[in-house]
Amino acid sequence: MKKVIMGNHALSYGAMLGRAQVIAAYPITPQTQVVELLSEMCANKSLDAKFIKVESEHSAMAASLGASLAGARTFTATSSQGLALMHELLHWASGGRLPVVMGNINRSMAPGWSIWTDQNDSLSERDTGWMQFYCASNQEVLDTTIQAFKVSEALAIPSMIILDAFALSHTYEVVDVPDQDKVDAYLPPFKPALKLSSSEPHAFGGLTSPDHYFELRYKLQKDMEKAPALIDKTALEFEKMFGRRLEQVEEYLCDDADIVFVSSGTAGYTARVAVDQLRQKGIKAGNCRVRVFRPFPFKRIRQVAAKAKRLAVVDRNISYGCHGIFYQEVKSALYGGADTPPIFGFITGLGGRDITPGDFGEMADYALSKNKPEEEIVWIGVKK
Amino acid sequence: MKKQKPTEKIVFKSEKEMPLMVMSLGSMLHNKTGAWRNIKPVVDNAHCIQCGICWKFCPDMSIYIENEFPVVDYVYCKGCGICAEECPTKCIAMVEEEK
Repeated sequence: MKKVIMGNHALSYGAMLGRAQVIAAYPITPQTQVVELLSEMCANKSLDAKFIKVESEHSAMAASLGASLAGARTFTATSSQGLALMHELLHWASGGRLPVVMGNINRSMAPGWSIWTDQNDSLSERDTGWMQFYCASNQEVLDTTIQAFKVSEALAIPSMIILDAFALSHTYEVVDVPDQDKVDAYLPPFKPALKLSSSEPHAFGGLTSPDHYFELRYKLQKDMEKAPALIDKTALEFEKMFGRRLEQVEEYLCDDADIVFVSSGTAGYTARVAVDQLRQKGIKAGNCRVRVFRPFPFKRIRQVAAKAKRLAVVDRNISYGCHGIFYQEVKSALYGGADTPPIFGFITGLGGRDITPGDFGEMADYALSKNKPEEEIVWIGVKK
Repeated sequence: MKKQKPTEKIVFKSEKEMPLMVMSLGSMLHNKTGAWRNIKPVVDNAHCIQCGICWKFCPDMSIYIENEFPVVDYVYCKGCGICAEECPTKCIAMVEEEK
């Protein structure tokens, strides 16, 4: 059934249709409506789940880990400072091989106190062993949430579904909300790899000497390496049932492009508008929106780079003292390749400042006027 | 209350044998923390009222109750002194190790 819903509620419907059994969450702007709607669903019995109110995000993740280890499909959601507070337990989730699915609404880190979008909150958790999916529409948020349960549970690796504060979280769009029975056919009940059991009690994750720890981490990485193929397979099965295809990266007019933007999140949709406008002016632009950031889509990025004459990586984030984080990763993925084009790194839109089609025009002008980047970072939109 | 029976140390030969997450490795059984100790608790049973408070408070489960009196397991006791502090009759003395 088609509904007009906000991005946050697309997450809630995704968790509901995925039949999450435990939801442990703490409210934070701009995430609040995600769990508000889920708590209503639990209260009016439209969702048969245990809703655990907790006193902090740290506890929200701790309760989620316990629930997941007890064999329940577990969902939570947070944002910014809340995600940062969860940090040590994000490692526990992936290290404990617990397939929790979490929504994170990208919100800038304080100070200055901000509720508006940028990606530094989720990208600060890049190395915690979670899969990360950056969404650009409400439909994609809902579809990704359902698929994430499937991929996470198959690999015993948690997933983070990421959407921009306000630009997506509070924006209403038409979303095709699939029927429950079809989702049930697509997503079978959770069969945990490890499970707490009173009949066969175990202590999980206890003192692990240098004899064993290394191998645990090796196994996590090896399973993460299986994720790209599984994400594609899961998306294909989804397309067969629901008619919508999600890819690791979304290409838009890349084949003949002189300049390809590498973008993510809602800026990745603005980029498509910018590409159309640039093409009207005779500039052959294209856009490659990175949807899956962990595992990093090496293969797809290399395919795009092989046909592009220039890459312009758009970062709504920064690793202070270095570069934009997508820029670092794209360069690292392409290093040493025979047909690697010049790669330009742009930082823009921090703290929720709008990224407009005009900003992409400015990036294109810069990159097309140079044979190689002359600055470590090109800033777009700073009031200098 | 009983002393845990010693088990064989679990060592996996290859990552292929290992579960996704270690379960009940029993690593602490083989981590003999008694060697950390500078002072050790010594119980004077003559003044012990068998309340079990020392057993309850021991953070390392290194006190067992045998024949209704506390017995310290010096293989694991770290000598923290919590038992002596909590003992209502002060029948546990913390004595300097001599080795």
